[in-house]
Amino acid sequence: MGIAVLLKQVPDTTAKISVSGDRVDETAVSKWSMSPYDEYALEAALQLKEAGGGDIVAITCGPIRATKMLTDAAAVGVDNLILIQDEGVTDSTHVQSLLAAAVKRSGSDVVLCGKQAADTNGGSTGPGVSHLIGAACVGMISEVYAEGDGFIALRASPTGNERVEVSRPCLFTFDKGATELRRPNVRGIMMAKKKQIETVTSDDLGVAIGTSSVSLQSHSPPPVKPPGQKFEGADSVPVVVAKLRDEANVI
Amino acid sequence: MDVTIIAETTVDGLHPVTSQLVGAAIAIGGTPTVLCPGGLGTTAAASISGVSKVIGVEGDCFNTFDSGAWATALNPLVSDGVIIAASAPSGREVAAQIAAMRGIPIIQDATGLEAGITVTRGIYSGKAIEISTVTAPCAITLRANAFDAAGGGGSAVVSTVNQSADVAVAVREAIAKASERLDVAEADIIISGGRGMGDPANFSHLNDIADMIGAAVGASRAAVDTWGEIPHGMQVGQTGKTVTPSLYIAVGISGAIQHLAGMRTSKYIVAINKDPDAPIFGVADYGIVATWEAALPALKEELGKL
Repeated sequence: MGIAVLLKQVPDTTAKISVSGDRVDETAVSKWSMSPYDEYALEAALQLKEAGGGDIVAITCGPIRATKMLTDAAAVGVDNLILIQDEGVTDSTHVQSLLAAAVKRSGSDVVLCGKQAADTNGGSTGPGVSHLIGAACVGMISEVYAEGDGFIALRASPTGNERVEVSRPCLFTFDKGATELRRPNVRGIMMAKKKQIETVTSDDLGVAIGTSSVSLQSHSPPPVKPPGQKFEGADSVPVVVAKLRDEANVI
Repeated sequence: MDVTIIAETTVDGLHPVTSQLVGAAIAIGGTPTVLCPGGLGTTAAASISGVSKVIGVEGDCFNTFDSGAWATALNPLVSDGVIIAASAPSGREVAAQIAAMRGIPIIQDATGLEAGITVTRGIYSGKAIEISTVTAPCAITLRANAFDAAGGGGSAVVSTVNQSADVAVAVREAIAKASERLDVAEADIIISGGRGMGDPANFSHLNDIADMIGAAVGASRAAVDTWGEIPHGMQVGQTGKTVTPSLYIAVGISGAIQHLAGMRTSKYIVAINKDPDAPIFGVADYGIVATWEAALPALKEELGKL
């Protein structure tokens, strides 16, 4: 069994995002981290490996700075690391084609990733890759374990939750998982430093990155709200309720 | 321009967000065809003003949610223009699969759409706004409550197509929700509690108020992480749900940047916090500096008078 995890390095969720000119200023990001939902996917991959064996390959499509995230993944037990250079990547079709090609080349038959990245908030990558590699897609799961040749996953449903079964090849996207990503131990950190990262281009993967019909126009900070009205003490509750009714018309 | 709308359905039929999808499609000059997965809600869809036609897509595959199977069954009925779906868990996944099948780009969770097509959306969970342009063919999912709904009174032609696909996902066990409370992602009013509530049992006060005004009860990440009794499904914020209700009431929530990211686009925000310097007051339209112990009984009383 080969397990692939698709990871993305994003500004840490505690980081401030500043806009300079009409683009987000990435150089001003104080800390880069693995996207939180990807962390849940990675932890689940490690647990699948512990239960049933198989190598884990971590694949990311991004700039050179993302090598740090891959090394962090190696420190908790990922076996192989692949960085796909993201030059020319502008839309969802590009990212998905590259990741799908890398997954296929790795021979993995189960793929795990976050439900969406914490920067672009898209959520298209998992379902799109599943189609391109011919795998079943189970989205928004919080836990998964192997059973027989397939898997049982827990996902939200309109009426609560449901356990679903699925065979290989399959892809899971993670909502918040049951277990936080483990911390690396010293040995893991030392071993990870020596771990090779395979860097590949779209040419290496045989993927032609075409032009895109999506064109980024601008980034801007969120609109600043005019300062609100502030009241002291619980005595002001009737005033606020009256304003909600008469000024805001929301109750 | 042909617009194919993937209707958002519920167990009862058509989800009201579908009218918003139609409204947005018409606003960019589109001629909308509405596909109803599983044939649900076709009559309601046909009555939305401006809908050109409605196709109920019936097949066994729609009995279980398998985005790959749904997309395979729906794809032959999708036209070459723009695909619009709701930015809800199922809509996002199905739209992404259809886009991948057709090799066209998808932009998720748009909050604004103009002819052209210009798409506005939040990135970094709303810490920045991205504007991009895209041409058909493409797929776009729209955030609920960000677009004006088309009205009623339409009378589109309804047809039914039998189209199924192989299902790869089987439900082994359904686990009912612990409570029948409204989901924060669905609600027009949300009252959320943070760690300042002191104890998860105190959320009962939020529940009481929610029942009075038809609100959903949410929570901050700090509350969810601290207390096992508060499920992640209630979490509003960057690693929870992003919400845009008409009214968001934050109680005992200091306003960490991750929480603000998930609720700052709410139409009106009320903050109740004992710390006058809490960052939540920075985004609040109406701030009340008070303990929840003092403010909530007063709020209950006032709402009772309405």
